[in-house]
Amino acid sequence: MTDTMKHSLMFVAVGALILLEGLTDWSFFSGSWNSSLVILNMGLISAIMALGVNLQWGFAGLFNVGIMGFTALGGLAVVLTATPPTPGAWSAGGPGVLMAMVMGALTVVSAVAVIRVMPKGSLRSLVVVSILVVGFFIYRALFDPSIGAIEDISPAISGNLGGLGWPVILSWPVGGLLAAGAAWLIGKTALGLRSDYLAIATLGIAEIIIAILKNEDWLSRGVKNVVGLPRPVPYEVDLQNDPAYVEWFASFGLDPVLGSTLYVKLGYALLFTVVLVVLLWMAQMALKSPWGRMMRAIRDNEVAAEAMGKHVTKRHLQIFVLGSAICGIAGAMMTTLDGQLTPGTYNPLRFTFLIWVMVIVGGSGNNFGSVLGGFLIWFLWIKVEPMSLELITLLTSWMSEDSILRTHLMENAAHMRLFTMGLILLLVLRFSPRGLIPEK
Amino acid sequence: MDFLNALVALTNFVMIPAVAYGSQLALGALGVTLIYSILRFSNFAHGDTMAFGTMMTILVTWLLQSWGVSFGPLPTALLALPFGILATMALVLVTDRTVYRFYRDQKAKPVVFVMVSLGVMFMMNGLVRFIIGPGDQRFADGERFIIKARAFKEMTGLREGLAIKTTQGITVVTAVVVVALLFWFLNRTRTGKSMRAYSDNEDLALLSGINPERVVMYTWLIVATLATIAGVLYGLDKSFKPFTYFQLLLPIFAAAIVGGLGSPQGAIAGGFIIAFSEVTITYAWKKVIRYIMPDNLDPDGLVQLLSTDYKFAVSFAILIIVLLFKPTGLFKGKSV
Repeated sequence: MTDTMKHSLMFVAVGALILLEGLTDWSFFSGSWNSSLVILNMGLISAIMALGVNLQWGFAGLFNVGIMGFTALGGLAVVLTATPPTPGAWSAGGPGVLMAMVMGALTVVSAVAVIRVMPKGSLRSLVVVSILVVGFFIYRALFDPSIGAIEDISPAISGNLGGLGWPVILSWPVGGLLAAGAAWLIGKTALGLRSDYLAIATLGIAEIIIAILKNEDWLSRGVKNVVGLPRPVPYEVDLQNDPAYVEWFASFGLDPVLGSTLYVKLGYALLFTVVLVVLLWMAQMALKSPWGRMMRAIRDNEVAAEAMGKHVTKRHLQIFVLGSAICGIAGAMMTTLDGQLTPGTYNPLRFTFLIWVMVIVGGSGNNFGSVLGGFLIWFLWIKVEPMSLELITLLTSWMSEDSILRTHLMENAAHMRLFTMGLILLLVLRFSPRGLIPEK
Repeated sequence: MDFLNALVALTNFVMIPAVAYGSQLALGALGVTLIYSILRFSNFAHGDTMAFGTMMTILVTWLLQSWGVSFGPLPTALLALPFGILATMALVLVTDRTVYRFYRDQKAKPVVFVMVSLGVMFMMNGLVRFIIGPGDQRFADGERFIIKARAFKEMTGLREGLAIKTTQGITVVTAVVVVALLFWFLNRTRTGKSMRAYSDNEDLALLSGINPERVVMYTWLIVATLATIAGVLYGLDKSFKPFTYFQLLLPIFAAAIVGGLGSPQGAIAGGFIIAFSEVTITYAWKKVIRYIMPDNLDPDGLVQLLSTDYKFAVSFAILIIVLLFKPTGLFKGKSV
């Protein structure tokens, strides 16, 4: 059997798992097409995130554990582009916030300039510190009243700046741009550090981005969440009230409620598939191009690549920005799918480390591997819970119904998913370190 | 103008919490730094090792409490601590045998070890949540305060109270004892010296007949002890929640890196630097400033530089500054 055959079969197998979820309710499958499509949609998004991480890790060997932050920035982009602007918010606080941002940027720039220009010494440190302190107070003096003014505008329903009111699809590239901008800033400071320092740095930045989203109510409404984001697909209720659609659903033997939910989810799946295919094509082209070869050369031996005249830090920055942009796009898509931005739900285990499991299990350095890993691991992430429930039911079937141990095990079965993910990661790293679809 | 009240307020709200938190971070960072200097990788599972040790201690504490055993004014958890340490030692040794040793024999790159530690982190995290659940657990019992705020006010006649929690006292005392023992062990005993030799130069240590597996085993045993103690102290002081312990990873790593990865003295200094900066930058200074400033200059706002939710940002900013200007940390650590 050729490799291509084997790898196609793997894709078929994962596809079959998702299909079975809809077809049968045997064992841990639910037999609901709805749940099958939910898994498919998040699987598509996970595959895109895994592509982004694979670009950084598989192509360039950059150890980025701040994926959660870029995903969240993508989510913020949806709020900032697609929601309607809050009436009066811009005139109330917009100029103040902008001025504060400009002053903040000026402070940092002038501090950096002083470091560049002045000779090293205690005088320089003093000047830099005083610039930063004075700048911080000017920033706060401009910033605090402006955000207060914004947050006072009908705090129960908005209290934030709102967005531009553009179509929500446009927020996906904007999410990518936002994440790319953040990645550029981070890369400028943190790239060039040793691999595990970069890991800690990105881990920290992701936490900071989440902290900002949770606390800056004027921007993202913080933990009050932004709900009812516009959608690129029709609403179920509208479809159910449209006789033409109801008739169309009936011709498949579907009642209007089920028909409309499946229709909407299929719409999302179609949009996401288009994005995934485009990005996958681009990643494949990049991998095969001279640029991709150069990246792998840098990954395999930085010193040699540098000796050949390749600018390692610049190339690293480039690919760090690109990979993070893909994560930002995926994050924006996810927030669009959810229809809400809930900063409180971002958790590094789910949004950073799980993506890493996908990339490693799928096969780092191989784009198709990452896509496969994305679908497979996402399926398991959802399905390990019912699986472990089944397993525990089976294992404890000899215990009495009201045994304390049994109820405890049943209650906590859901937490087996983290354990299982760790186990899968360790098994793959041990027995098949190159993943399911290895790099060629 | 009232310096005495300002000083008391400062001690009560900034100094004491920061010293306690700093001791906990220092113990955590010591574990990270030891793993780094002997096994040469950043252990992402450290937060979850702490969580596991704390969980085992809590379970034994509950058992002791159900038997009616108590430790007088001190928390029962201190009696349970040795059992927690033993359980954690068993866990890390099993992990080392089944997981890490394979990669050590292969002489895998550090980044592979980090990946592997991610897997271990997931498994330990899942295990802890599976056994004790994801919720908040408070397990401190016994006397709550060494000095109560009201008693202090009555004693001194000052307007500001000073409260020292028992857990804060225990934290500092335990940390001092543990650090003293650790340094005695590293500097005076044969095993400790062999560990330092192995950390300085692996090949030379091997040539002089040091058994690497023994060194690694002792390292894990010490790390398990440090992690459990740090975790239990943090849990007694605040509360135990698996996710919080996972998140402690960031300040702990910041402390270890700021001090210089691989340097035990650095880990302690780093722990206190991170703790003090987090507390001072996120503290609302109004209360202290009110006493030193003349009445008419009373500040309007809370005089809080950043809201408490940005404490990660503080540890992180310090981390970045140190990495940019002194990449090996304040105390010369290793830079592999």
